[in-house]
Amino acid sequence: MIIASKKPIEEIIQEVKDYKRLLILGCNECVTVCEAGGKKEVEVLASTLRMHFIKEGNEKKIEERTLERQCDHEYLEEIRGIVDNYDAILSLACGVGVQFTAEKYHSTPLLPGVNTCFLGANEQRGMWTERCQACGSCILARTGGICPISRCAKRVMNGPCGGSSKGKCEINKELDCAWQLIIDRLRDLGRLDDYEIVAPIKDWSTERAGGPRKVVREDVQV
Amino acid sequence: MRLKCPANFRIIRLPCTGKIDVIHILRAFEKGADGVYVVGCMEGDCHFKSGNFRARKRVEQAAKILDQIGVGGERVKMYNLSSGEGPLFAQYSIEMDNKIRELGPNPVKVALQAKKQAA
Repeated sequence: MIIASKKPIEEIIQEVKDYKRLLILGCNECVTVCEAGGKKEVEVLASTLRMHFIKEGNEKKIEERTLERQCDHEYLEEIRGIVDNYDAILSLACGVGVQFTAEKYHSTPLLPGVNTCFLGANEQRGMWTERCQACGSCILARTGGICPISRCAKRVMNGPCGGSSKGKCEINKELDCAWQLIIDRLRDLGRLDDYEIVAPIKDWSTERAGGPRKVVREDVQV
Repeated sequence: MRLKCPANFRIIRLPCTGKIDVIHILRAFEKGADGVYVVGCMEGDCHFKSGNFRARKRVEQAAKILDQIGVGGERVKMYNLSSGEGPLFAQYSIEMDNKIRELGPNPVKVALQAKKQAA
């Protein structure tokens, strides 16, 4: 899922201080699971901001709403009737949600309430780690299910590099060397011969370097 | 036991302190409470294993938020005692009452009252 982290409250206060009527818009998907922008976080942020501005003698109308998703037209349509009641929307969705809402409601300022971080997994309670860089051409079949693009600092395709020491990466002693993990897993799977195959040059045109991407599926279009 | 304790606090009963969330504490302040304290079972004695540890974390989170907006994180506190410690319960309520009197009223409530009077 998409992992996001909360923006510091001081930054949010700075962004919203000039708007009198504010809608805090949460998202029920990824940001709910990573506890950055779901219904609960919307409630806490709204309460915090209300108290702050009352205390400052600058009382505002701050209301709450959480949509099923902010990256789909049909859910965003749910707020069409109320959007004009607000001077700005503070969206706690990922960068996709913020932008899609902004595109839909062109005349309402959209502010982000979270920092969108990466595509990751919930490794343990309160800890999320990166697993995918959405490079657009998956090579996990060859690498024992461990991604050298997202988990190797250098994105090395035939690793490990000389910076791997005792299974750890040179950039951080706590960071596992992705290639060590790959070799260990291939050995456990009895597929160490695969490691000997030199990986072909990767097609990076499907990655972000090729510009903003698009997936078109005519088979599901109506 | 006929213990003496301040009459200015309201007890909100929970099935377990693990039920409490940051928003419950913040709402109390938004509605004008001057302080909130959470009384859970002794650490390690939670019937639901980790309810009181969760509560402590959430109290800390609420305190951090209240500090950030200048309401004051010291207005929230977590206490632990066993169900047989009535005198300690009374003592904690007195302690909290004294602490809040020292800190003065909740600034959010003060601002709202000032606005009401001006209107």
